[in-house]
Amino acid sequence: MKVLVTGASGLLGGAVAADLVARGHEVVCFQRTRSGVAGAVDVLGSVTDPAAVERLLVGADQTDGAYGRSDHASTFDGVVHLAAKVSLAGAPDEFVAVNVEGTRTLLDAARRGGVRRFVFVSSPSVAHSGSSLVGEDAGPADPLRAHGDYARTKARAELLALAADAPGFSVVAVRPHLVWGPGDTQLVARIVERARRGRLPLLGHGAALIDTTYIDNAATAITAALGRAEIVHGNSYVVTNGEPRPVAELLAGICRAGGAEPPAWSVPAGVARAAGAAIESVWAIRPGEDEPPMTRFLAEQLSTAHWFDQRRTRLDLAWTPGVTLDEGFARLADSYRTI
Amino acid sequence: MTSPRPGAPRTATSPPPAGLPGLDPRFSRIVGATDPVSGDRVSWHVLDTGRVLEQAGISPVGTILAVHGNPTWSYLWRSVAALATERAVAGGRAWRVVAPDQLEMGFSERTGVRRGLPDRVRELGALTDELGITGPVVTLGHDWGGVVSMGWAVDHPDRLAAVTLLNTAIHQDPARSIPAPLRLALLPGVLELSTQLTPAFLETTLSIAHPRLETQVAEAYRAPYRSPARRAGIRDFVADIPVDPGHASFAELDRIAESLRSVDVPALMMWGPRDPIFGDRYLDDLTDRLPQADVHRFEGAGHLLAEDVDIADPLLDWLDGLEPGDHSEGGAAGRVSARGSASIAAPVAGDGTRRPLWHHLPGLAAKTSTDERPTADPGEIAVVEMVPRGGAGPRSLTWERLGSRVRDLAAGLAARGMRRGDRVSLLVPPGADLTAALYACVRLGAIVVVADAGLGVKGLTRAVRGAQPDWIIGALPGLAASRALGWPGVRLSTVTLPAATRVALGVEASLSQVAESGRGSHLPAEPAPDDVAAILFTSGSTGPAKGVVYTHARLEAMRDLLGSRYGVGPGVGLVAGFAPFALLGPALGARTATPDMDVTAPRTLTAEAVADAVSAVDAEVLFLSPAAIANVVATATDLPDWGREALGGVRLMLSAGAPVPVELLDRAAELVPSASLHTPYGMTEGLLLTDITLDEIHDATAHLEVSSDRILTGGGVCVGRPAEGVVVRIAPLRADGSVETLPVEVADVTGEIVVSAPHIKAHYDRLHLTDARATLGTESLGGPTTWHRTGDVGHVDAQGRLWVEGRLPHVIVTAGGPVTPVAPELRIGALPTVDRAAVVGVGPVGTQVLVAVVETVSTALRVGLADAELASAVRGAAGLPLAAVLVVPVLPTDIRHNSKIERLRLAEWAEGVLAGGRMTAP
Repeated sequence: MKVLVTGASGLLGGAVAADLVARGHEVVCFQRTRSGVAGAVDVLGSVTDPAAVERLLVGADQTDGAYGRSDHASTFDGVVHLAAKVSLAGAPDEFVAVNVEGTRTLLDAARRGGVRRFVFVSSPSVAHSGSSLVGEDAGPADPLRAHGDYARTKARAELLALAADAPGFSVVAVRPHLVWGPGDTQLVARIVERARRGRLPLLGHGAALIDTTYIDNAATAITAALGRAEIVHGNSYVVTNGEPRPVAELLAGICRAGGAEPPAWSVPAGVARAAGAAIESVWAIRPGEDEPPMTRFLAEQLSTAHWFDQRRTRLDLAWTPGVTLDEGFARLADSYRTI
Repeated sequence: MTSPRPGAPRTATSPPPAGLPGLDPRFSRIVGATDPVSGDRVSWHVLDTGRVLEQAGISPVGTILAVHGNPTWSYLWRSVAALATERAVAGGRAWRVVAPDQLEMGFSERTGVRRGLPDRVRELGALTDELGITGPVVTLGHDWGGVVSMGWAVDHPDRLAAVTLLNTAIHQDPARSIPAPLRLALLPGVLELSTQLTPAFLETTLSIAHPRLETQVAEAYRAPYRSPARRAGIRDFVADIPVDPGHASFAELDRIAESLRSVDVPALMMWGPRDPIFGDRYLDDLTDRLPQADVHRFEGAGHLLAEDVDIADPLLDWLDGLEPGDHSEGGAAGRVSARGSASIAAPVAGDGTRRPLWHHLPGLAAKTSTDERPTADPGEIAVVEMVPRGGAGPRSLTWERLGSRVRDLAAGLAARGMRRGDRVSLLVPPGADLTAALYACVRLGAIVVVADAGLGVKGLTRAVRGAQPDWIIGALPGLAASRALGWPGVRLSTVTLPAATRVALGVEASLSQVAESGRGSHLPAEPAPDDVAAILFTSGSTGPAKGVVYTHARLEAMRDLLGSRYGVGPGVGLVAGFAPFALLGPALGARTATPDMDVTAPRTLTAEAVADAVSAVDAEVLFLSPAAIANVVATATDLPDWGREALGGVRLMLSAGAPVPVELLDRAAELVPSASLHTPYGMTEGLLLTDITLDEIHDATAHLEVSSDRILTGGGVCVGRPAEGVVVRIAPLRADGSVETLPVEVADVTGEIVVSAPHIKAHYDRLHLTDARATLGTESLGGPTTWHRTGDVGHVDAQGRLWVEGRLPHVIVTAGGPVTPVAPELRIGALPTVDRAAVVGVGPVGTQVLVAVVETVSTALRVGLADAELASAVRGAAGLPLAAVLVVPVLPTDIRHNSKIERLRLAEWAEGVLAGGRMTAP
């Protein structure tokens, strides 16, 4: 199968592209910077550039006939769309441009370009308001309930994607929850770095059960969804390791793997939430380069339970996670040792 | 007064407004019929599922005629109409539901006619004629609608298939006042004000639902009663309550009540005991008139039963259980009743002679010349009371004395009116008084209600009220409590009381006075083997207290099993610190002593008290409750030499009830070095089902291997092989955590443990649905007698030994399948740092994750997550994936046994904590 992967310079996008290559597919990666995925072809560009998307998927630039069909534009069989503005803060317009409009552009071009399978990589946050989640299955995406610009725009994008599902164009939404693993510059690196500086607090008593997704498992679930798209199209699936653990144990596991001391002090969850809200509003006025240290979303994520019913996901996608939590921690520790 | 009289303006009839919750508008219809009172045509609003069934091409097997009471309307029956239709459409047995709003009520016509009971009954007949309902008909009634429906039932025996009732009353004993709330409502001036001019009566009725009615539902009940003019029917219904024989409706009520005795179709009564009007005494009266009735009391539910609990499912299930022939044959044939549990052959001596429970008591039973088995020597000691009232030294009674005491008491009680089938509540601590009273009642054929004081006042009250005793025999504290709590029944005291106290407590006489009066008079005939002898209330450690019914034959079978299995009989000394077995001592012919202990707290029993009792009767056999063993072992160091010597003579020690840790049994065994230690498995419903010795436990545990294909279930506590006459089957657990209906006989399959034996319970008392559940799927098994689903899960191994893996409600249903908790708990508990462990599930059933909650050897100061080291050790030992390991200072256990961990409570707590809630103690 010939597959286009957007956003392959990110941790998960790269892993998906690599997994597809390993399974013998022809993979083209589309993003602003090099993906570095061996065996895949990179095309640099952004989903916010309709012309570039058009060239890639349809072959003729409607706005300017001077450009011919891209070299790589023999018809794609499938698209895995991961490109997104993933952030806990930033200008609202940017989220809409990348996450909503970018997805609309891609869906439109893919359908016209004869693509038959489209996997939209989403997030469990599109369906939930941030209160505790105990063994729930994927609910419908709801931009009104989702918290924060990222979740709201991803929710809108998922609704767009599933609405585009049609005979001959199978769309599936996959929502991996808290993806982590070696090479993760978002979650893992920040936790380890803060813990090393002694600035990683535990929120609340740390017993809230959180289910996470080891990177390889998220990637194989997405490729499984691509393979089963024609059977399970029109649905959304939350993907996790299926191993909920107390958040304190997870943080401790990541810290130990990174050679840092696990957090020894805690902040009451309510205080963290309030602080998150305050910091969020300051960041909105004076956007900085870095992410804010705490947002309401993150405070809720780390102090209330977030784990899911994986039965439907595993049955429909004919997939099970291949790497357990403990094996994941071991691999993470290995990656830190080799740095 | 401006009450409407005949001739007042009639108001138009309209169907209920749309959108009432749960009410299918397709069922609503307006039916015109001739009013037998006025001769006019009147309009009825009727919920009738007939048309919907017809459109679906379904022809019903019969009609459920549902009659509401005051001040409700047919909305009360919406769930029955909906479910009956749903089941019919799904291919089940199809019942048409016809539920009229009575005239002047609900959305039926307001004619201005004041109607009494005879009118109501005739009107309903006119309506069913108009609708062409020919039968078979099942009547269903609630409140005063129950009376009207019974009126219809006695007037239409040819069409009647069954009678079903919710909280209602058919008889008003002129000697007893009507319930206070109704007395108040009937006071002059109050009636009009409370029922018609204001919605007070309506609002009061709606406010007593448990739990509270949802606003929308309460609004639906109010919908037809918005104005005083619309509420005239409510007033007239209350005014129609026949308070005395002079009342216009009294004769009709009496006619229906008496005719009911000849109604022999199947009957079902579903009752909410928390009813300020139609309390248990009315249920009692009804069961007296319809003795064939299956009764289910929904503990905690009240007057608006149809709102408090789901009545539709049990009603339709019950109807499904009736033989099809019942409906057309008027029901006399093929009656189905949970009470009609198979009769068993009475245990007989080798020569075919039955030995009643009082066999060893001289003067009570004529010993047949052919029965050669030994009988207790009349001159020997029968009972020793370690701490008799008065506080003097031990008091002992010979068989002779016990026999004459029981005989005199029985004759005296009979003279005072105690009859076969009367229920007697015994609130007497173990000892000579209890033994004498118990055997006297049993000899008369009265039913002894034994509710353990350990249930606590609340549980005990519920138990005693629910059992509706006709007599209460009590010691002082028991009598005072029974008086204060308003328990029913004639009261007798163990001691002769000063007149003032006697009057204050409502006590008629003391046992001595009763015995005195009975001396020399004749005893009535002996009860039959299948007569009920006793109702034992379960401990409540596994749910609300339930009355377990034993017949004479079943208790005799129990006695014979104990006697033969453990060699207990004439000449043998027995110390019984375990109530049910203690009571059987005299029936076994054994010399019995009850140790000095607070029966409400078995945990307080000391080693010295046990030794004292053992020494008093020179006991060879010692029965203890599991809860008592820990303290006996703990106090063993204080035991003087004479005590050790006495215990050295014990050859058999038995611990029955909840499982006891092996380590504790090992230490108990050191106390009784010559004894073989047995821990039989059983419950109130079947006191001795399997048996195992301590040596066998060690052997079974040593060879226990965890096989890789049985990780989620298996293992557990080995409780040994079935006792004589006991058959054990397993109803396999399904992947979703439910159990198969049909129990099977296959090794190493985990499921609910299902047992059968001549000595298990006959049935539950007034818990028809619980009975049905406890015997579900066992009809086809046949066997020697009835079956009982224990609610325990476990398996039988290849050697035929039973292993208990937990309670059915404690099974954790993970995405991988059901998990039983006991095996992983034992593995975790075996860690050197862990004292006890509980494994529970959190999350939705079907995708639950496992959580271990542990008590550490060095007691934790507060609750919290286990540290990394402990968590890792526990995970390793569990052998199953654990989402979290929590540490608590102490695990919650049930108050009575101090041994059964309250896993459900723990699971709820863990779910809260692990969702991010407050870290409180469980």
